[in-house]
Amino acid sequence: MNKRFILQAGLFLLLTFVVMGCSSTNQSGTSQADEIASNSLQNKGSDTMVNLALYWAERYQGAHPEARISVTGGGSGTGISALISNTVDIANASRAIKDEEIEQANQNGVEPVEQIVARDAIAVIVNPQNPVQRLTLQQVSDIYTRRVSNWKELGGEDRPIVLLSRETNSGTHVYFLESVIRLGNDEDKTIFSAETLLLPSSEGIIAEVRENPNAIGYDGLGYITPEVKVIALAVEPGSEYIMPTIETVNNNRYPIARDLYIYTNGQPEGFVKTYIDWILSSEGQLIVEELGFVPVQP
Amino acid sequence: MAKKLKTSELVITRSIQFSGFSSILFVLMILYFLISEGTPALLDVPFSDLFSQRWYPIESYYGILPLILGSLVVTLGATLVAVPLGVLTAVYIAEIAPLWAREILKPLVELLAGLPSVVLGFLGILVLSPFLRDTFNLPTGLTALTGSILLGMIAIPTIVSISEDALKNVPETYRHGSLALGVTRWQTIWGVTLPAARSGILTAIMLGVGRTIGETMTVMMVTGNAPVMPASFNALFLPIRTMTATIASEMGEVAAGSPHYHVLFFIGMVLFIFTLIVNIIASNISFKQTKRSERILS
Repeated sequence: MNKRFILQAGLFLLLTFVVMGCSSTNQSGTSQADEIASNSLQNKGSDTMVNLALYWAERYQGAHPEARISVTGGGSGTGISALISNTVDIANASRAIKDEEIEQANQNGVEPVEQIVARDAIAVIVNPQNPVQRLTLQQVSDIYTRRVSNWKELGGEDRPIVLLSRETNSGTHVYFLESVIRLGNDEDKTIFSAETLLLPSSEGIIAEVRENPNAIGYDGLGYITPEVKVIALAVEPGSEYIMPTIETVNNNRYPIARDLYIYTNGQPEGFVKTYIDWILSSEGQLIVEELGFVPVQP
Repeated sequence: MAKKLKTSELVITRSIQFSGFSSILFVLMILYFLISEGTPALLDVPFSDLFSQRWYPIESYYGILPLILGSLVVTLGATLVAVPLGVLTAVYIAEIAPLWAREILKPLVELLAGLPSVVLGFLGILVLSPFLRDTFNLPTGLTALTGSILLGMIAIPTIVSISEDALKNVPETYRHGSLALGVTRWQTIWGVTLPAARSGILTAIMLGVGRTIGETMTVMMVTGNAPVMPASFNALFLPIRTMTATIASEMGEVAAGSPHYHVLFFIGMVLFIFTLIVNIIASNISFKQTKRSERILS
């Protein structure tokens, strides 16, 4: 009886080892395949940039049929995590990499290298039925911290304000927190009101703003559709109210615009370098403009 | 020849045995993983912070209380939706419906069980949430109620098919005896059949509730994900954030080994305990049922 049990246990262990062995050989198999296929790359990260990255990949593959570029979203944090664990070739991010992320990457033997590939304005949006046309950054901050909770305090109708935001893994979320809610003040520890709805996608925010006259949201300029109303913003009460456009972003008049980055492990080489050079070429930058983002000045 | 047969038989017996044990093995492995990754949260985050009322992990606010209560509110709401609808559907199918209606209804209810939760979530965003906002004049349609109704839809198939089995198992002599006493059909169902099938129906309800606690995609899409502390009955009409949606939307971005990562696993442990309790209650009820029927038969 005892002998039989030992036999069974041994068989268990054997099977476990076989399974583990299989999975580990698989892993080394794919990494070898990656080295051989030098014209394929994995691109992951920012949801703000996912359409842009898809267009780049599509257009590039149209001209170079041998290239294989796979693009996934998930948020800037997701992309950078993937770069840290070395599972992607290019990470897209709508915020700069944080110091602690660089540290983690270095611990994993990954050295993130930054490249600015486009610029993006954050548009503050409301439902077209909402009569409010313009706000100061301070007012937007007050809205998102619930110091103001009704549209009538801002010259609108008597309606409660429903706050919409992207999830915390979004680069846009972090950027908005730092430059609008805290007004760029590093010492400030103010955070979003707990009543802020955290929606998992940019489309979710557009959909809710389109449907709901109470809502206020923010999103990258590339995502804005004509069915929502963009608010003109001013840095402080006296200054000029500016709508986000390519001109106002390029001449730095629109107050909340940021750089969009891609990160690679080490200086880009081989196919990754060819691809990034193409993105920065006039052809790649034309796509940036087509999608409502702002090209980087050469 | 005979020896060869014996070895192949041995292999088959062992592999069947292995598959039998494997589910236990996997559950134990998952449990070990959960505990080993989740308990460090108690070291990283002080206990009082962990059960505080603010969840904003990127600024190290790790209060999981609003998430636990959020899950409970949605589950409670889903139970209120699913139990009456599910049990009454089961009664109709088992007791009242003519044969042809039964043959159409049963597969249809089972089809409902096969609906992917993403599809239900889409329905929720596009149809249910605007409808609820307009009907109840709510600030936003992305509320716990929206989640509850959709989760109810997910729980209904489980409740219907198990309750219907329980009703079918009530001996025909009960109904005949009751009808022979001059009681109406309705009084027979209410006073005899339902009480006789009570434990089976309770099991059905608990299993349905178990499904709703763990459901992720639908709640993430329609409940707004705002980590608000539910304060009163009103909470059903306000946005909330559940444990499952939190894990799903944040697990992708966290750095492995960080406090945030451990807290997410800790939430997973809490969730596991919840479903465990529900399952224990469900199996206790069904054990009672077998004892009862044994008593009746003897």
